[in-house]
Amino acid sequence: MSLTSRHLLGLHGVPKEDIVKILDSAVSFKEVLDRPIKKVPTLQGKTIVNLFFESSTRTRISFELAQRRLSADIVNFAASTSSLSKGETFKDTARNIEAMKIDMVVVRHQSAGAPHFLSRIVDANIINAGDGRHEHPTQALLDIFTLREKFETLEGLHICIVGDILHSRVALSNIYGLKAMGVNVSVCGPATMIPREIEKLGVDVYHHIDDVIPKVDALNVLRIQLERQEGGLFPSLREYHNYFGVTRDRLDRADKPITILHPGPINRDVELSADVADSEHSVILQQVLNGVAVRMAVLYLLSQSKP
Amino acid sequence: MKPTILKNTHIIDPLQNLDKKADILIENGKITKIATQIQQTKDKTVVDLKGAVVAPGFIDMHVHLREPGYEHKATIATELASAVAGGFVGVACMPNTNPAIDDGSIVCYIKDQSEKTLNGLIDVYPIAAVTVNRDGKQITEMAELSEAGVVGFSDDGNPVGNAHIMRIALEYSKMFNKPIIQHAEEKSLTHDGVMNEGFVSTTLGLPGIPTIAEALMIQRDIMLTVYCGGKYHVAHLSTKLGLELIREAKRNGLPVTCEVTPHHFTLTEEEVRSFDTNTKMHPPLRTQEDVDAMKEGLSDGAIDVIATDHAPHSYDEKQVEYLYAPFGIVGLETAIGLSVSELVKPGVLTLAQMIEKFTVNPRRILNLPQATIKAGENACLTIFNPEEEWTVDIQRLKSKSKNSPFHGRKLFGKPVGVINNGRIMIG
Ligand SMILES: [Zn+2]
Repeated sequence: MSLTSRHLLGLHGVPKEDIVKILDSAVSFKEVLDRPIKKVPTLQGKTIVNLFFESSTRTRISFELAQRRLSADIVNFAASTSSLSKGETFKDTARNIEAMKIDMVVVRHQSAGAPHFLSRIVDANIINAGDGRHEHPTQALLDIFTLREKFETLEGLHICIVGDILHSRVALSNIYGLKAMGVNVSVCGPATMIPREIEKLGVDVYHHIDDVIPKVDALNVLRIQLERQEGGLFPSLREYHNYFGVTRDRLDRADKPITILHPGPINRDVELSADVADSEHSVILQQVLNGVAVRMAVLYLLSQSKP
Repeated sequence: MKPTILKNTHIIDPLQNLDKKADILIENGKITKIATQIQQTKDKTVVDLKGAVVAPGFIDMHVHLREPGYEHKATIATELASAVAGGFVGVACMPNTNPAIDDGSIVCYIKDQSEKTLNGLIDVYPIAAVTVNRDGKQITEMAELSEAGVVGFSDDGNPVGNAHIMRIALEYSKMFNKPIIQHAEEKSLTHDGVMNEGFVSTTLGLPGIPTIAEALMIQRDIMLTVYCGGKYHVAHLSTKLGLELIREAKRNGLPVTCEVTPHHFTLTEEEVRSFDTNTKMHPPLRTQEDVDAMKEGLSDGAIDVIATDHAPHSYDEKQVEYLYAPFGIVGLETAIGLSVSELVKPGVLTLAQMIEKFTVNPRRILNLPQATIKAGENACLTIFNPEEEWTVDIQRLKSKSKNSPFHGRKLFGKPVGVINNGRIMIG
C-alpha cells in the first residue's frame, strides 16, 4: 500500500483516495497507541531527519514520538537561522544530510516552497511540517481525522476556519483536504487577514462570527499571532476577542452543539475563551493524540513508496 | 575591418519605411552601397546571410552590468559578450552598482571598461542614479553627470519614493532633457512581497505585490509631470492598470514613455507554482490579463520599447528558498527570440514594428543618434533570422550568470550578428 506521491509536500492536489488511505491507516496506528507497549517495528532500520528551521515544539515532538513508536532512528536538526544570515545554506544542509544516507526528511521552514526545493535536491522522502504561510499537511490531516472520529462521515459537514487566514498554513491545508473530502468550508476573520480571491478555492468568506456559527458543525479556531497586531492588521487584542473570539455566549446561541478544534497553542481569552477550550465540545486534546497516529500513518505510507 | 559584402539580406529599416531584399557593401565602417546584386571582388569579404533580416542596431535600454561591485554576478566584459550574442549594439546600464553610478568617476570607469571590451564593438550608455547612493534623499549632480555622458537617471531597484524628491528630479533634469526612469513601485504596499498578489499567491502562501503598487506610483508621477514637466519613462511596466494610465497620459500629450520586458509579455504568475526562483523578479510576473494588455500596448504604441531588465545573479544566490532569492533574470540573449515568437509570429507586431521598439524608440527616448541603413551612414546593424528555430540552453548563454526561466524553451528568431563602430561580429 502506498500513496500517489513519494513526498507529502502539501494537500493541494492530493486525491481523496490518498487522504482516506492515510486516515484509515491512522486508525490502526491509534490502536497501537492504546496498547501497553506502544511500539511497532514498522520503520526499523530507517533513518529520519527532523529539519526544523523554525521552532515548533509541538509539531516536532509529535513527529518525533510518531517516529519512535515506529522504531525509526532519528536525527534532530534545529536551526533558527536561514540562508539570510551567514553560515551554511539550506541547500548545503540538505546535501550534507543526503550524504549521510537518510531515508526521510521532515522539514519545517519559514519560506513557502522550501520542502519542494528540498525534494528536487535530495532523494529522501520529504514531509512538509509547515512551510511559511503555505501548507501544513499533517496538521490538516489530523484535523480531518479528528472530525471523522467525531462525525463518522465527512461528506456534507460544514466547517469554518476562524482567524488569521492570510498567514495560516493550517488554513490552506485544511481547505484543500476538507474540500477533497466533500466538506463545506468557510473562513471567518478580519478583512485584513483574508487573502485575496480565496473564494476561488470554493470557500465562503465571513467577517462576522455570529453569522457563521449557526451554520456550522465545527469551528477550527486558529491561533492569533500577537505580532500581527504590531503589523497593524487589527487594532487590538481586546477588539479581536470581542468581535472574533469564540465564546460560550456565542456558541450557546446556536441550536446545536458545535465542535471546537484548535491547532494550538491556545491564546486563552483571545481567539478562544477558556470555558470553551475546556468544554465537552472541544476536541483539542484528541487532536494532539491523533496527531501522533496520523504522522505514524504518513511516515509508514511514504516509506512504502517506490523511489 | 576589410570591405565586406553582406549578401542576400532582408533590410528592414522602419525610419525609412524600407523593407527590401538586397546586398550591402560596408567599407571603413560605413555603408557605401546597397543594391540587388553587388559584384564580388578579391579584396572584399563576403558574408552570405541567406535572407536574414538586417536592421538598424538594437539598443537594450535596461541592463544591469553589475560592475563595479558585483563581479561575482557579472562583469562588463561578460555581459557585453552576452549583449552581442543577443543581437544588441548598445546597452544602457543601470546605476545599482557598488558604488552606485552617482558621480562622474564611475561613469568614466564604465566607459573605459566598455571601450576595452570587444574593441569597442558595443556602445555602453550609463544611466546615473537620481539620488546620491540611490537612497532617495538628495539628487545627484545631474549637470556634471550629463556632461560625463549619462543618458538618463534612475534609482532602479528602488523607486524614487518621495514625491518631493521626484518633483525636484523632474524639474532639475529638464535642464538637460534627460529622462527620469522610474522603477514604479509604491513600497508601502509591497513590503515583503515576492510575487503578484492574487489567487496564485493565496494558494502558494507567498506574500504578494499588488498591481496597484505599480499603478499608484505611475499615477503620482504623471501628476508630477503635468505639474512640473520633465521627461518621464516607466521602466519594466507589468500591469494593465499602469498601462491604462500611460495610454491616457500619452493621449493628453504628456512626455511619458514606457518599456516592457520580454518576460512580462510572455510569462504569467502561474510559473511561480514551481517555486523555481528564476520566476522571481521585480516587478513580479502578473496575470494573463496583464500579459494580454502588454501585447495590446505594444501593438497600439502605448508601449514604446522592449527592454530586458537583464539582471544576472550567481547560481548559488538563486539556489535558495523562494523568500530569500534575489529578484531578476538574465534577458539579453533571449530578447529577440521571445519577441519574434510571442509578438511577430502571432501577429501582435510586424517585424518593422518590433524593430522600432528595439532601436528607433529607445534611441529617441535616450536622445541617441538614430541608426539607419543608407549609403553614407555608419554601419550600425543588428542581424537576425526570424525563421530560425532554436532551443534555449542556459549553459550556452554568454552571460556570466544563467538565471533564466526559459531554459529548454523553443524559440523562433535567432540573432546572427552585429556590426558597429567599424567592428563586425557574425556567427
Ligand atoms: Zn527595476
